[in-house]
Amino acid sequence: MSDNIMSGADIVIKALADQGVEVIFGYPGGAVLPLYDAIFKQNSIRHILVRHEQGAVHMAEGYARSTGKVGVVLVTSGPGATNAVTGLTDALMDSVPLICLTGQVPTHLIGNDAFQEADTTGITRPCTKHNYLVKHVDELSGVMHEAFEVAKSGRPGPVVIDLPKDVQFAESKYLSPEEISQRHYFDKVTGDSEKISEAIELIATAKKPIFYIGGGCINSGTAACKAIADLVRITGYPATTTLMGLGAIPSSSPQWLGMLGMHGTYEANLAMHGCDVMIAVGARFDDRVTGRIDAFSPNSKKIHIDIDPSSINKNVPVEIPIIGDVGEVLSQMLKIWDQKAPNVDSKALKKWWSEIDDWRAVNCLKYDQGHEPNDTIKPQYAIERLYELTKDKETFITTEVGQHQMWAAQFYKFEKPNHWMTSGGLGTMGYGLPSAIGVQVAHPKSLVIDIAGEGSTMMNIQELGTMAQYNLPVKVFIINNEWLGMVRQWQELLHGGRYAESYSAGLPDFIKLAESYGMTGMRATHPDEVDDVIRRMVDEPGPVIADIVVSKEENCFPMIPGGAAHNEILLGLNESQEQTQSEDGMVLV
Amino acid sequence: MTNDNIERHVLAVLVDNEPGVLARVVGLFSGRGYNIESLTVATVSEDDSASRINLVTSGTPMIIEQIKAQLERLVPVQKVNDLTEEGPHVENEFALIKIKNSGPERREALRIADIFRARVVDTAVESFVFSLTGSPEKIASFLDLMRNLGEVEIARSGVVAIKRGKKTVIET
Repeated sequence: MSDNIMSGADIVIKALADQGVEVIFGYPGGAVLPLYDAIFKQNSIRHILVRHEQGAVHMAEGYARSTGKVGVVLVTSGPGATNAVTGLTDALMDSVPLICLTGQVPTHLIGNDAFQEADTTGITRPCTKHNYLVKHVDELSGVMHEAFEVAKSGRPGPVVIDLPKDVQFAESKYLSPEEISQRHYFDKVTGDSEKISEAIELIATAKKPIFYIGGGCINSGTAACKAIADLVRITGYPATTTLMGLGAIPSSSPQWLGMLGMHGTYEANLAMHGCDVMIAVGARFDDRVTGRIDAFSPNSKKIHIDIDPSSINKNVPVEIPIIGDVGEVLSQMLKIWDQKAPNVDSKALKKWWSEIDDWRAVNCLKYDQGHEPNDTIKPQYAIERLYELTKDKETFITTEVGQHQMWAAQFYKFEKPNHWMTSGGLGTMGYGLPSAIGVQVAHPKSLVIDIAGEGSTMMNIQELGTMAQYNLPVKVFIINNEWLGMVRQWQELLHGGRYAESYSAGLPDFIKLAESYGMTGMRATHPDEVDDVIRRMVDEPGPVIADIVVSKEENCFPMIPGGAAHNEILLGLNESQEQTQSEDGMVLV
Repeated sequence: MTNDNIERHVLAVLVDNEPGVLARVVGLFSGRGYNIESLTVATVSEDDSASRINLVTSGTPMIIEQIKAQLERLVPVQKVNDLTEEGPHVENEFALIKIKNSGPERREALRIADIFRARVVDTAVESFVFSLTGSPEKIASFLDLMRNLGEVEIARSGVVAIKRGKKTVIET
């Protein structure tokens, strides 16, 4: 080990340790055996053996998003790498910092259609922030450290490092992060002060303002979340958060209008539509948020704070773009606000709040839960009870994708960032279970619940094996309606009730399935059983699958149909509204 | 809202000269549905560490802004210069044109080549190869004329461009 000469595999592990990595999620195979040998010979980094490479990436995402650290994945060549692609795309869409190490056939076999060869860098180029093929061991230390910088700096994202097997065996000198010269890659962190002054001026004179807060705020860190909460409080302005932004400001704040967008609240969407000044903070004007783009918030001037210049003016033109780290820019803004102490237009604000209060009075999330013997459990009720019975604990929530995800976003309330993990951009069914495992690995003592649908759960159900192997006490809370509920809902609303292939027969008995893995299974079929099942689930020290059998026909409202504007939001389904979507809207997903 | 005026822009993109960098740039354009009208690439630094991609694209002002922002996000991209926006610049293209003909058309081809200052780089009994340098428009009009005079084969380099005056792309 003199002069730090070591094998490529040892260089990788040493670099991971120097970057503060504590855990790797992975699956071995021929092309990564030297790396696994290196893992075997050390004790500083833990390895979690997954059941499928997609699961490994979602676990690393859950780990990263609940800790703010970089998640690390290790998979083999060929199928190992291709199985990771969905997870990588998910991480790219939701800006999650990941390092994914992939094995590769030896350099002399690359391009030969060798066994378990795939063009990993070619395949992952569009679904990573950056990727590397390390063809010589002398480049390895530099690539490893640069990859971490790329993954976590600016707008975070996944980075793939493809490692041919001969490079893992070859020897070279290990270089620490300090010995590496960084290349030109960097991001603008502080905001343009002139733009910030302009923004302050506009904010201070607003009559109908709204803060629109996205996941970028959470990515920026707890300081950014505190800063935005402060700014919201000081100004007294209303605020809404995106699906990814839930928890950025405490939901107990009376100024929080709930989530906006396709299944957002009536008050949040109408406030966005009617505002005169919009302050977008780490949000990207996604189509699920804006609805019909040419009718989106037609009368407002927009301020957009984002670290990614390509997010600015992408979908919606804004008057004042501020490129920089959200946390940094907000603290600059707070400082100026303190100095200037502007007088906000309290008379106009009062009027604005009274408009908002009228919208709030609609009570758009209301549902009727009967408690008669024949009544079934409403999914909203199950999630609302889950929230009430777990809110006093340190609870982390992950979700799958579909109706249950939207109900979870509507009914589970977050006081802090990094406690809500969901697949927002890509909408990956099967995200929640492995993601919850990653969260639990990072927070072994905390309560981690995957609010799931039975359809999505089945997409990565094999990861129950990972839960069992490491005895991770994840609680899988399945909102079971036997339907692919969101598909069914769209078929009901938009396709004349022709339910093509959206019913899953042949579901497992989730209690027996849990028991077969040595876990606890439980079930609720009547509203009066819900509290008891939740209490038993939370008290159980080991992993649990709770099968909550809910009413099958429940739809998720409010809803802005595809191609509609915010003010065309539906609160429920009247018989006259069966076909509400325009032809243009029908083609939108 | 969106401006529907399609504009043509010439971009000079300085990149690290490493494997896959061109694929990243081209993949970005195809993946996001942007146009590439022409693209050339060659190393330009003394130590071969940097390459320059000369790229002609078109789109609405909002799309052009997106293209530049997306290019700048790529890790091996050092700098993106929009020559169309940054002021006067020179655009040039190089073409080799083969024409198959005989008789009076052959003489006419030579006469036109002379007017365009195209050089004859190869001659055979029934063909010429001309070499021509100039703006894309000049090459296009030369080709229009040649196509009337026989069967034509064309090899074009695509546009390369540089700013006028003493400023380099590094300095702006």
